[in-house]
Amino acid sequence: MKRINIPLKEKKLTNLKIGEKLLLSGIIYTARDQAHKRLFEVIKKGKRLPVDLRGQIIYYCGPTKTPKGKIIGTCGPTTSSRMDEFTPALLKAGLKGMIGKGSRSKEVIAAIKKYKAVYFLTYAGCGALLAKYIKKAKPVVYRDLGPEAIYKLEVKDFPVIVAIDVRGNNIYKEASTNKKTNIAKSYEARQSY
Amino acid sequence: MKTIKAEAISNVVSDLCIKANTVLRGDVLAALKRALKKEKNKRAGDILEKIICNSQVAKRENLAICQDTGLPCVFVELGQDVRIVGDLKQAINKGVEAGYREGYFRNSVVLDPLSRGKSGFSPAVIHIEMVKGNKLALTVMPKGFGCENKTQLKMFRPTAQIAEIKKFIVEVVKTAGPDACPPYIVGVGIGGSADYAAFLAKQALLKPIDRRSSKLEKELLIRINKLNIGPMGLGGVSTALAVNIQTYPTHIAGLPVVVNISCHALRSATKSL
Repeated sequence: MKRINIPLKEKKLTNLKIGEKLLLSGIIYTARDQAHKRLFEVIKKGKRLPVDLRGQIIYYCGPTKTPKGKIIGTCGPTTSSRMDEFTPALLKAGLKGMIGKGSRSKEVIAAIKKYKAVYFLTYAGCGALLAKYIKKAKPVVYRDLGPEAIYKLEVKDFPVIVAIDVRGNNIYKEASTNKKTNIAKSYEARQSY
Repeated sequence: MKTIKAEAISNVVSDLCIKANTVLRGDVLAALKRALKKEKNKRAGDILEKIICNSQVAKRENLAICQDTGLPCVFVELGQDVRIVGDLKQAINKGVEAGYREGYFRNSVVLDPLSRGKSGFSPAVIHIEMVKGNKLALTVMPKGFGCENKTQLKMFRPTAQIAEIKKFIVEVVKTAGPDACPPYIVGVGIGGSADYAAFLAKQALLKPIDRRSSKLEKELLIRINKLNIGPMGLGGVSTALAVNIQTYPTHIAGLPVVVNISCHALRSATKSL
């Protein structure tokens, strides 16, 4: 498995292919529903973001409280599609990576292609295990949101799978050579829901 | 007449909250291990291994299995011969607060669904059913909302064919896709009123998944697994571990059907007083 230091330089981002399993080391920021709503409002108002997202990676996660003696609580990914409506604006503002679970809308995929970013999946429902890869954690922005605050995480060998690459290839739409797999059919069914 | 004090109820609820969130239900863990044995897809196998490993880490280190420690749903079976000293609902919510605080779980509950505001640990959604006898049975099910959000209800015509109902149930899972953390346990409520069917669907998730299933449950499980959604929606035969159906008499003009999906972290714990 490839070990990658983050933030990622654009050239390295471009080389990533869907399905690749990577181990990320460096800084990532958590943000989910309410933080995204706030960041989106800031961008709409033309104000400066409370955290510089250029080149950064956002992890869709709201961790449990931190037990005594631990760095962070349980911290697995939340459903990415809830952040879809806010994502193109963040990508335009320079965000380069997102880690979550589940598929993304066609608008997000288009924005990923346009702004050259990557969407990663990590192990869903495995937050106790994933906590082991977090070396430092601190809520830095929107602390009033509690678990929905933006946390700055220092990660080491955080396991991810490339789900959407800079060309817009989508792991959920991956079709076999001769006929569409059920994943692709199921994905299409959900797009029309 | 048996007397039970509110404090005793709070203590039990607190313990159940911790147990439910940190120790994966035995039947669910066993089903995941069986799924891993059957799974030929490499990615799916890797994910199932991580899910099982995660449950072991959580149990060993008293950590929440999933960061979504859920909306606490508490099911109470109150014996008719039980006398409670104190406020039952208050006692339950006190227990939830204590358990969630002690377990360092997540404050995922907002008091007003519209204005939202700061989140806390309670109140729980409480269902109380009177039963015969002198026992008080408490079950805590922390329900994650990634999967709760995929719940669907359909009011079928009373003359609807069973094939339409089966199709609907499978479609609900298809629509959920990867978003509710497969492999799923699918709860189905059929009959009653619209709200009762929804309650039945949720309550169905409390039933052991390694019990003998009905012909309909078996057939639906096969059809759902043919969707090939798989763990994290990346393919595989493990889209669902079980389908649990509960039915109830209903009106001559209706046929309510509710599908309530649980993610693979189906969590519940029970104790009787």
